Amino acid sequence: MTQDMRLDGGLVDRSRTISFSWNGKTMQGYQGDTLAAALLANGVKLVGRSFKYHRPRGIFSAGSEEPNALVQLRKGAYQEPNTRATVAELFEGLEATSQNHKGTLEFDFLAMNDLASPFLSAGFYYKTFMWPRAFWEKVYEPFIRSAAGLGALSGETDPDVYDKGYLHCDVLVIGSGPAGLSAALAAGRSGAEVLLCDEDNVFGGRLNAETFKVGGTSGVEWARNAVAELEVMDNVRIMSRTTVYGAFDHGIYGALERKTDHLRSANGKPRNIAWKIYSGRAILCAGATERSIAFGNNDRPGVMLAGSVRAYANRWGVATGKSIAVFTNNDDGWRTASDLVEVGANVAAVIDSREIEPFMNIPGVSVTVGAGVCDTTGRKALKSVTLTTGQTLDVDCLAVAGGWSPNVHLTCHQRGRPSWREDIAAFVPGGDLPPGMSVAGAANGVYGTRACLVEGRAAANAAVKELGFTASRKGADKAEDEPANITAYWHVKESTKRAWVDLQNDVTTKDVKQAEQEGFRSVEHLKRYTTMGMATDQGKTANVLGLAIMAEARGKSIPETGTTIFRPPYSPVPFGALAGRSKGKDFQPYRITPSDKWARENGASFVETGPWLRAEWYVKGDEKGWRDSVDREVIETRKSVGICDVTTLGKIDIQGRDAAKLLNMAYANGFAKLPVGKTRYGIMLREDGICMDDGTTARLGENHFVMTTTTVNAVAIYRHLDFIRQCLYPDWDVHIMSVTDSWAQYAVAGPNSRNLLYKIVDEEFDLSNEAFPFMACADITICGGIPARLFRISFSGELAYEIAVPSRYGDSLIRILHKAGKEFNVVPYGLEALSVMRIEKGHAVASELTGQTTAQNLGMGRMISKKKDCIGNILSEREYMNSDEIWNLVGLQPVDKAMKLDGGSHFINKGDAPRMDTDLGWMTSVAYSPTLGHHIGLGFVKAGSSRMGDVIRAWDGVRKKDVEVEIVSAHFFDPDGERLRG
Amino acid sequence: MIINHPLLGPRDSSEFYHLGDATLIDRPNREDVNAAEAFYEYLYVRDNPAGKYCELWYHEQGDRSWLVVTRDTTTHEISEVKLASDEARARGRSV
Repeated sequence: MTQDMRLDGGLVDRSRTISFSWNGKTMQGYQGDTLAAALLANGVKLVGRSFKYHRPRGIFSAGSEEPNALVQLRKGAYQEPNTRATVAELFEGLEATSQNHKGTLEFDFLAMNDLASPFLSAGFYYKTFMWPRAFWEKVYEPFIRSAAGLGALSGETDPDVYDKGYLHCDVLVIGSGPAGLSAALAAGRSGAEVLLCDEDNVFGGRLNAETFKVGGTSGVEWARNAVAELEVMDNVRIMSRTTVYGAFDHGIYGALERKTDHLRSANGKPRNIAWKIYSGRAILCAGATERSIAFGNNDRPGVMLAGSVRAYANRWGVATGKSIAVFTNNDDGWRTASDLVEVGANVAAVIDSREIEPFMNIPGVSVTVGAGVCDTTGRKALKSVTLTTGQTLDVDCLAVAGGWSPNVHLTCHQRGRPSWREDIAAFVPGGDLPPGMSVAGAANGVYGTRACLVEGRAAANAAVKELGFTASRKGADKAEDEPANITAYWHVKESTKRAWVDLQNDVTTKDVKQAEQEGFRSVEHLKRYTTMGMATDQGKTANVLGLAIMAEARGKSIPETGTTIFRPPYSPVPFGALAGRSKGKDFQPYRITPSDKWARENGASFVETGPWLRAEWYVKGDEKGWRDSVDREVIETRKSVGICDVTTLGKIDIQGRDAAKLLNMAYANGFAKLPVGKTRYGIMLREDGICMDDGTTARLGENHFVMTTTTVNAVAIYRHLDFIRQCLYPDWDVHIMSVTDSWAQYAVAGPNSRNLLYKIVDEEFDLSNEAFPFMACADITICGGIPARLFRISFSGELAYEIAVPSRYGDSLIRILHKAGKEFNVVPYGLEALSVMRIEKGHAVASELTGQTTAQNLGMGRMISKKKDCIGNILSEREYMNSDEIWNLVGLQPVDKAMKLDGGSHFINKGDAPRMDTDLGWMTSVAYSPTLGHHIGLGFVKAGSSRMGDVIRAWDGVRKKDVEVEIVSAHFFDPDGERLRG
Repeated sequence: MIINHPLLGPRDSSEFYHLGDATLIDRPNREDVNAAEAFYEYLYVRDNPAGKYCELWYHEQGDRSWLVVTRDTTTHEISEVKLASDEARARGRSV
């Protein structure tokens, strides 16, 4: 296919022809084209189907505001839906397809929606799908889901890499049109650190689409020279293909850089980078976006924005039609006609809604003033337009100039409200800008090139002065101010046909009026009721038009009607970019234990606990399933000795003359009288009396303690201790330090644990029961002088120790322990066996300390001291928390010992229906106990302590199970603790 | 947001943990008359101003200072940042 619509001129590189495909058809374009420009050059008019009515649609604009030309790029896992063809740069081999149609683009079966349009007006969801209620899930929702949405995802994992980055600057300049370049030059010349970002792939903004002169040369040339000057300044960084999408607090901006979107393959480089920019001052030079005028059938392929028609001719050398008419309400529309004639395109007519003297004399172009376009024909491409005068023009492109709306979006990201300027019929930034931001150029409602250059420079000089720099004295370059008069004209009232306001969401003037009639008059309601201004374009070409029509319907002014709030992002940001590298395994950092290497060598499989990877069990020999391994680990540990890595528990070193005071305040039970060389179990409450954490704390010296916390709460407890230390008792002499990573710690448990330790602990340390009894602790040495700490504590219920060495000895110690333990048939045990043994002993973990449960629920109410002030004890004394009706932690065993128990089951009395009011509590932990030979569980049962021996039901509505269980003591194994004291 | 740490200068708010109302510094004592009532007030009864608000922030990814940050809840403007330990002393928590 040849490029029939290509004109002479433009900024594309004609020496580099690019082949691409559109719906399977191969076409050619040039380097520098967007996909939209190349499609237009090839005479493609129909590019998509509208969202609701599936109306044929064509390219409407030439920038990121595009509502219609949403296409799918690339194939397979790289498939990228909903891309605006107007910003997609052409590259060799690009495969693009249309979307949102069933059947082909030309024959879309869903086009029947258009015939049903009287039933699909605003709010039809709310009205149509209300009843019968039962239809919602089975009929309506599947129907809506199949019809809704635009492009499709591949369903495969995105193979591209995305990244995040951070930038700092004194002055951020957003946009590189005449105002932006002028601002960047002035700021750069002052010596300030400047960052200039533009969403386009070339700098210059509208200068690339216009024929203006600047500084005695063409606007294009001037922009190139300005960029060349900026590029050599060390204090200036310029970034193209970078959209500043949000203005956040304290001068922080979000920006999306499309690093390799314009290349066929990213070659491992990031596709996009999401930047967080810290700025001292920001100058918004985001330009303006043109809007349409509402008239009958104004959505046909070939009806375009006038400024875009001009851009295609001037920048890309493409005629958007063989015969083009211009419909305008302002001076700028005329420039489209004159520029088109200049490059040899055929302009049939200019229709100006204003009763004015013809604005300029363009040879060969008929002029009609005081008239409008009221209808069009042509289903898949525009064929003719009919004027309010009754005249019909045969044209295949209608350039509509409805006026320009300043891109005020970022000025409103902190709830700033734009204000209305009647003289330019547009919203301009209001007075309440985000702190540190100023606005220059068209974004500020200043439309002349000269004025933009002057204002950009002035804004930059003001900004750098505020930051303490000396502004450059160099003046702005010379240019003209082009005429830009406008008389507001929103919709052609003579039209009897549907007139579109929002092309992307298929919102017509009728929908807006209907919203008004049905009481959805606030603009925020209008938006939600009609969906106007939603989706990928966020109503950039539609919002002001819709507002004006609402204002008219209400008989109020536009400022009285108000605007919706603009929120980030300015244009769509891919989720991939927001996630950056934080996906899959790298979603968050993970921590490995000191025995990780040894565990991998010895058949461990791993499980995530908090940020840690812990061994869950070790597969030995021909063990078939996890239960084989776990049962063996429990049995062998209870029979002889087992070793488990418990490094992950939080360890906090606490020192100072007031260390004991801090512990006494943090723990509900007393610690002040704990003797040196002893360890104590403690529970911590929140101030509201709910259990926060538990663990053991060892007193290594008069003013030196080491606290352990649960693995998951290590960070929170440290923060809590610092709160007590800094916010409540700032003059206590106590310091804390997290030493979780400093010490490798192993539990050595089982009847032979002491015998094993004798082999590695240095001789001078007596481990006998008398010298080192249950709950003893000491600084010791092992293996001939290696420093270590020994704690005689037990989670398994066995005679057990925890031994800690500086982390660098961790790998060595696990190997030495297993070597020394060979004669006792030592086994490593993982997290699962640890859990089985703690359930057999009735010890609580996070499943029981849920943030809803009290010490009283856990059967530890009596531990709460009433003799001292500590966090949580006052509010734990509240009446209900101490009544007989509360949940009690109990043990549960199946009546039929062959039955399995399930965590999360709810308890009900026999004969009761499972309902909220009959609910007695829930099962928190379950395990198969190889020691007892059947399943056991822990759970909270209402008044459970007084119901020992009762049989109730463990009912599980999710798994459809119902098991009779007997309430027993939570201490299933060795209830008197003889083993651990032995 | 950027919090101007009194010791470390401007730091991104992502380095901090946000706890809430700085009145948490004013913890009653068990020995107080009507201690139960006082603790109930302390824990559950808070102002929720649209405007200036004193909050506790913890520089968890930094020097682990608790800070009292005065932030306008409607604009996020931060007008004052103090070390919580200094503030606690000023509120009479030296013992």
